[in-house]
Amino acid sequence: MTTINAIEVRHLTKKFGEKTVVDDISFNVRQGEVFGLLGPNGAGKTTTLRMMTTLLKADAGQVKIFGHDTVKEGRLARSMFGLTGQYASVDEDISARENLMIFSRLNGLSRQAAKQRTTELLNEFSLENSADKALKNFSGGMRRRLDLAVSLITRPTLIFLDEPTTGLDPRTRNQMWDTIRRLVKQGSTVVLTTQYLDEADQLADNLAIIDHGKVVKMGTPVELKEQIGGTKLNFTVSHTAQVTQAVKLLADQVTGTIQQAGQQLSMSLAQVTQLTQILATLKQAKITIDHLSVKEPSLDDVFMNLTIGKN
Amino acid sequence: MDARMHKGNVFMNTATMAYRNLLKTIHNPDNFMDVIIQPVLFMLMFGYLFGGAIAGGVQAYLPTIVPGILIQTMLSAGSGSGTQIREDLDSGVFDRFKSLPMAHIAPLAGQLFADSLRLLIATVTSLTTGYLMGWRPGVGFGWIVAIGLLAIVTGWALSWVFALMGLLAKSAGAVNSASLMTMLVLSFMSNAFVPLHSLTKPLRVIANLNPVTYVITAIRQILATGSWTHEALLVLVVDVVIVAIFAPLAVWAYDRN
Repeated sequence: MTTINAIEVRHLTKKFGEKTVVDDISFNVRQGEVFGLLGPNGAGKTTTLRMMTTLLKADAGQVKIFGHDTVKEGRLARSMFGLTGQYASVDEDISARENLMIFSRLNGLSRQAAKQRTTELLNEFSLENSADKALKNFSGGMRRRLDLAVSLITRPTLIFLDEPTTGLDPRTRNQMWDTIRRLVKQGSTVVLTTQYLDEADQLADNLAIIDHGKVVKMGTPVELKEQIGGTKLNFTVSHTAQVTQAVKLLADQVTGTIQQAGQQLSMSLAQVTQLTQILATLKQAKITIDHLSVKEPSLDDVFMNLTIGKN
Repeated sequence: MDARMHKGNVFMNTATMAYRNLLKTIHNPDNFMDVIIQPVLFMLMFGYLFGGAIAGGVQAYLPTIVPGILIQTMLSAGSGSGTQIREDLDSGVFDRFKSLPMAHIAPLAGQLFADSLRLLIATVTSLTTGYLMGWRPGVGFGWIVAIGLLAIVTGWALSWVFALMGLLAKSAGAVNSASLMTMLVLSFMSNAFVPLHSLTKPLRVIANLNPVTYVITAIRQILATGSWTHEALLVLVVDVVIVAIFAPLAVWAYDRN
């Protein structure tokens, strides 16, 4: 498979005084994928992103965007991506339309083209009803949408999103996710930082988990979850007397041990299809159960496993 | 993807940034309060407080104080640009400006060009207040416009110095106090409010070194003679030199930020 790297990051390092905030980070972002930088607060995600987007000078290392060095060919590299920062980087004092017009003009669009693009983006991000209101009256979600719209003026094929949904309510967050998915469908490459595992799981094709300025793990969400183990099955045996019998019957069917806490049993499943067999066995032995739950491993488990005790 | 398409042009970028700053100012008319209230207040206070003591009467004092307050107001309006630039830099929007493929001088020059509206308002307010207090320069209206323009050009040139201060300072508050200090020292340690011969020798040496003294002298000469003077030309040349030195320094400081 020949995939082109949209971004190559090599040995990126940044110190603030004595503290090494980003410590020799290297990774590739393939064209057309969503790449997630996941990590707790203060892990170095934003600093990494700021160096990738030429906002911050690296102390060491190199970033190439579509093969162009961000230091040596800064201007060219800058023209190839859109950036949405952690804090809405739009002008508070002026309207959404004015913001879009100004940024379109600064991106080199003619007055006519700028006007057209502004209308398109206002429509696309459902902002046309508030287009001429001052941003002070905007909700957090609207502000983020406008912010993203501004980043997309030039239809960049590479988009950086720094914590795109931090501080948004669940509904707005879902809208934001839909927007990001739509961008990817249109062929964009997206790099996003997030502290929400859920978000990384939902959106990212590839993940780098960052902690204390280092990449502690890299892979697809599925790969990372597999490392933690398979699906977990939990249920409660209705009658205390049947608990031992149940454990005995199921011991042969599941890999690994069955954990027992009172009437509650929990076990790992190699495959979800094992579930039918387990239920059939219990039914045959006339063992009744309640409170059954099947839980896929979440990135939370991965995250906790990798960063636990270190912070 | 074509880099040339995005390259833009320094003048267009500057014009767009100036438009942005104008919009910001117009949406927030509070931004004009300082340049309207300050010259009125100072003209009234200084005129009626010191007029008698310094010149024997308000009317006699007005030819001294009108150019003095005019330039003082230019200094304080110019210092506002420095504060504004610092506030802007601290807001998220500047990250975006920096990530755009645009000329680095554009955000700064845009701010300063938009702020020339403040300088214009300050000039008109100062001169009008003087007129209402009885100031009647014996030259044609054309010369009044000329000294107004000279003041604005000087104020604009000096705002590059304040822009640099804004870019080097740590916070908007720091810029504010530093530029207030600069403004007070430059305007009071000059011939803006008192005749130079009344000063003690060391003070007179300082006042003679103060560029503000030269601007005010040039304006008074034009108003007294109704003709363009060498001093006025010199002021213009110095203004150009100030911009030539401080604009690149400001861009350097901007890149460093």
